[in-house]
Amino acid sequence: MKFVTEFRDPEAAKVLIAEIAELAAGQPARKFMEACGGHTHAIYRHGIESLLPESIEMVHGPGCPVCVIPMGRIDDAISIASQDGVTMCCFGDLMRVPGGSSTLLEAKAKGADIRVVYSPLDALAIAENEPDRNVVFFAVGFETTAPSTAITAMQARERNVSNFSIFCNHVTIVPPMKAILDSPGMELDGFLGPGHVSAVIGTGPYQFVSREYGLPLVTTGFEPVDILQGVAMLLRQLAEGRAEVENQYKRVVRDGGNPSALKMLGEVFELRPHFEWRGLGFIAQSALTLKDDFADWDAEKHFELPGVRVADPKACQCGEVLKGAIRPWECKVFGTACTPETPIGTCMVSSEGACAAYFNYGRFRAKKRIPVTSA
Amino acid sequence: MCVGIPAQVVEILPAEKKSAIVEVEGVRREVSIVIVLDDGVKVGDWVLLHVGFAMSIIDEEEAEAQLDFMRMLGGVYEEEVEAFSADVPGVGVPGAEPAPS
Ligand code: SF4
Repeated sequence: MKFVTEFRDPEAAKVLIAEIAELAAGQPARKFMEACGGHTHAIYRHGIESLLPESIEMVHGPGCPVCVIPMGRIDDAISIASQDGVTMCCFGDLMRVPGGSSTLLEAKAKGADIRVVYSPLDALAIAENEPDRNVVFFAVGFETTAPSTAITAMQARERNVSNFSIFCNHVTIVPPMKAILDSPGMELDGFLGPGHVSAVIGTGPYQFVSREYGLPLVTTGFEPVDILQGVAMLLRQLAEGRAEVENQYKRVVRDGGNPSALKMLGEVFELRPHFEWRGLGFIAQSALTLKDDFADWDAEKHFELPGVRVADPKACQCGEVLKGAIRPWECKVFGTACTPETPIGTCMVSSEGACAAYFNYGRFRAKKRIPVTSA
Repeated sequence: MCVGIPAQVVEILPAEKKSAIVEVEGVRREVSIVIVLDDGVKVGDWVLLHVGFAMSIIDEEEAEAQLDFMRMLGGVYEEEVEAFSADVPGVGVPGAEPAPS
């Protein structure tokens, strides 16, 4: 078993693989979605699908924050960045995300002052160091990074930094999961719940998966053995006729989440009525915006935004990939017109995206299903 | 960005700063500890770091597991470490020496 030997705990992996095989043998075919980009990576990199029985299919969910940014928001960011006196700060993986007409990288080449930062606090520091610049932080991410933006906003207010604002694009994980469950033809049998998002929000917000949809969900860590255990826990629930929210990743995820982080999110943000997700369309109450108390630090209050809705390129099937409706390699342009060097869709841009993950490690095992024993 | 990187706390800065110096792959930098203050974060602790914020305290074994995972990711992790190590005017720890590895 080639891949198992790379695991930290090969013995535990073997036991789990055997347990999964036994559980799966007594059940119909199962389709599980991992909602988190980190899991997608671990699954491809370790060839975990090839260790699972044929009847179990893992589908990849919407859990890459850069991948779900719609083109129109990139255009909005470029429009802000192109104004006189503005310095736009963003994370590195946003630079190459295609907007309607260009990327931030191209806008920078044309003269816009766009700088890559590691942290929103870096953007705040730039504002304090360069008081004559109008510094805007392009905030993206799920609940893992939203608390950081919240704290940065609080510090900006505390220190009264008036030349700093936030272009807020934070999204929340639960509404897209609902949207996917509601999308016609999507039949899932359970979820591997995200790891680090859950460390912030806890396991409570996932209760709807079991209550309203009657499906099991297991928040899971990133080690191969964690993922195998998550799958085994899902199968065990299904075998026993249970549909519960379980926590495999107790090392990091507390059921109540992280109270300090949640408190800060509540203090700074409120839900937007709706927000557009790339490929998924508008989803109600799926994104965060700054509360009125923080209006002075809200870039959307300072700048006219084009706010134009830009349709995704025809060739791009990112929406289908993000919903788990197709696998990355099933997209017609995958690996040909669309590569990490020349991305057409966001799933290939961000190294956290499913297409990039599959391009980087998966191709040699296309279509999976290498019998465990002969590998 | 979405997956935390493990970092070890090497110094807690004066209380009003609510920040600490942490080390990742031999590189040191100031990060915010606002979120883990109530958990009593201290020197020597491992934390999960997201975009310059310690988000949770983890034990050493989990830190190792997480490091394995991050190194397995390769590119994603290198980008994070590179971003973590980058100098930003007015931020970070001017003159902080990288730890001997
Ligand atoms: S291959 Fe490219 S265009 Fe196709 S779904 Fe993936 S990122 Fe989108």
